[in-house]
Amino acid sequence: MYRVAGWLSPWFGSICLLTLVTGLYLGLYVAPADYEQGDSYRIIFIHVPAAWMSMFVYVVMAVSSAIFLIWRLKIADMVAVASAPIGAAFTLVALLTGSFWGKPMWGTWWIWDARLTSELILLFLYLGYMALRGAMETPQGAARAAGILAVVGVVNIPIIHFSVEWWNTLHQPASITKFDKPSMHISMLKPLLIMVLSFQMLYFYNLMVRVRTVILEREARTSWVAELAGRRSS
Amino acid sequence: MSAPAPASPPAPALTASRAEVGLFTLFARVYKRDLTLTVRTAGQWLNTLLFFIIVVSLFPLGIGPGPQTLSTIAPGIVWVSALLSMMLSLDSLFANDFRDGTLEQFVVSGQPLSVIVVAKVLAHWTTGGLPLVLLSPLLGLVMQLPDAAYGVLLLSLLIGTLALSFIGGIGAALIVSVNQGGVLLSLLVLPLTVPVLIFGSGAVTSAGLGLTTSMQVSVLAAILALSVSLAPLAMAGALRVGVAAGR
Repeated sequence: MYRVAGWLSPWFGSICLLTLVTGLYLGLYVAPADYEQGDSYRIIFIHVPAAWMSMFVYVVMAVSSAIFLIWRLKIADMVAVASAPIGAAFTLVALLTGSFWGKPMWGTWWIWDARLTSELILLFLYLGYMALRGAMETPQGAARAAGILAVVGVVNIPIIHFSVEWWNTLHQPASITKFDKPSMHISMLKPLLIMVLSFQMLYFYNLMVRVRTVILEREARTSWVAELAGRRSS
Repeated sequence: MSAPAPASPPAPALTASRAEVGLFTLFARVYKRDLTLTVRTAGQWLNTLLFFIIVVSLFPLGIGPGPQTLSTIAPGIVWVSALLSMMLSLDSLFANDFRDGTLEQFVVSGQPLSVIVVAKVLAHWTTGGLPLVLLSPLLGLVMQLPDAAYGVLLLSLLIGTLALSFIGGIGAALIVSVNQGGVLLSLLVLPLTVPVLIFGSGAVTSAGLGLTTSMQVSVLAAILALSVSLAPLAMAGALRVGVAAGR
């Protein structure tokens, strides 16, 4: 697995870089300014992919946790542990960019909008997961406990999302013009999709690098790691 | 398929002779034991109740005593305070049993751990949740809650605290081997309790406005049904991890 991850990571990294450059170029230079929002809508080329990835990574984390709990595959747990900080970072980026977008558009940094609130709760779930990891003394215990938490969390996310939406419609009527995806022009949609791909690759690249580190950490006492270290140092 | 032979008769002599007890007997014994333990150490559950009262009474002090303001925020205040009190008391759900080794005996007893866990959660709710529910009309009164909302307040808290006990029990089971996990418990569980809070306080608010509340109460009941059926499995799994890690 260590080798496979090492072999894959440059590929993911370079595809990520390539799509990032194209996506940003198309998004920031080629795509026209929106007639209502001007240039500030361009932040969605970062915001939307980050928000999508924040949910995608949590699902990856939960699925690999489930795999770990059921079949005791160590690599699945390593994927989960490596994913958590990346997912939390995506969530934070989505929240921050959303806030930057909200200031000129809504006139405020923060609104208790349904999506914003769900995203915030998702961030709390990530942080709780990482806190539980950090608090457990033995790595085996941490892996299994955190795995259970991730699975419980993924069962809850749809319920949370639904209830937050209901709560939102009750408390404030939809006064905000949403950026409708289907009505988007192709010149804006294309860079957005490219950016989504780029963020996906960014995640996989980061994941590979982090999984390699986790493998090395966990297998630090085995002979092949010692050999590897010896070859590097000599 | 007859012959209800237990899969693996466990070793310890204390439990081996009771390996044949039925599920309801098991449930009743654990429930009674936990209840007795709590009643004889009155401090803990009284503290939870006091905490609930104090937190609610802090809000008028922080916001101002205007009856109009208080009456609009009353459902949320009572509900959030009840939620926080539940979290505070759930800390001790498994902690004592873990410390004195009872929990380990439960795990190795060969009895279905999820049944034991349900009994423990219900016993905990009887002393930690039910008093909150019964006290809530008084606090509603203090908070100028509209008259029409009291029935729904009781009902929503009755369902809600029960659901919270099961959801929070997962957190309590996860952190059982962690020293001083109180804050961690809240960090883990509070995001998961958002739906209960939304629909619970939503129901009370609607009732106060004279609207129908059957939808919110039904959703609360659905959350309760889901958590009762799934949480015991998660709790049992988490306790096994905790006991294995704590050795």
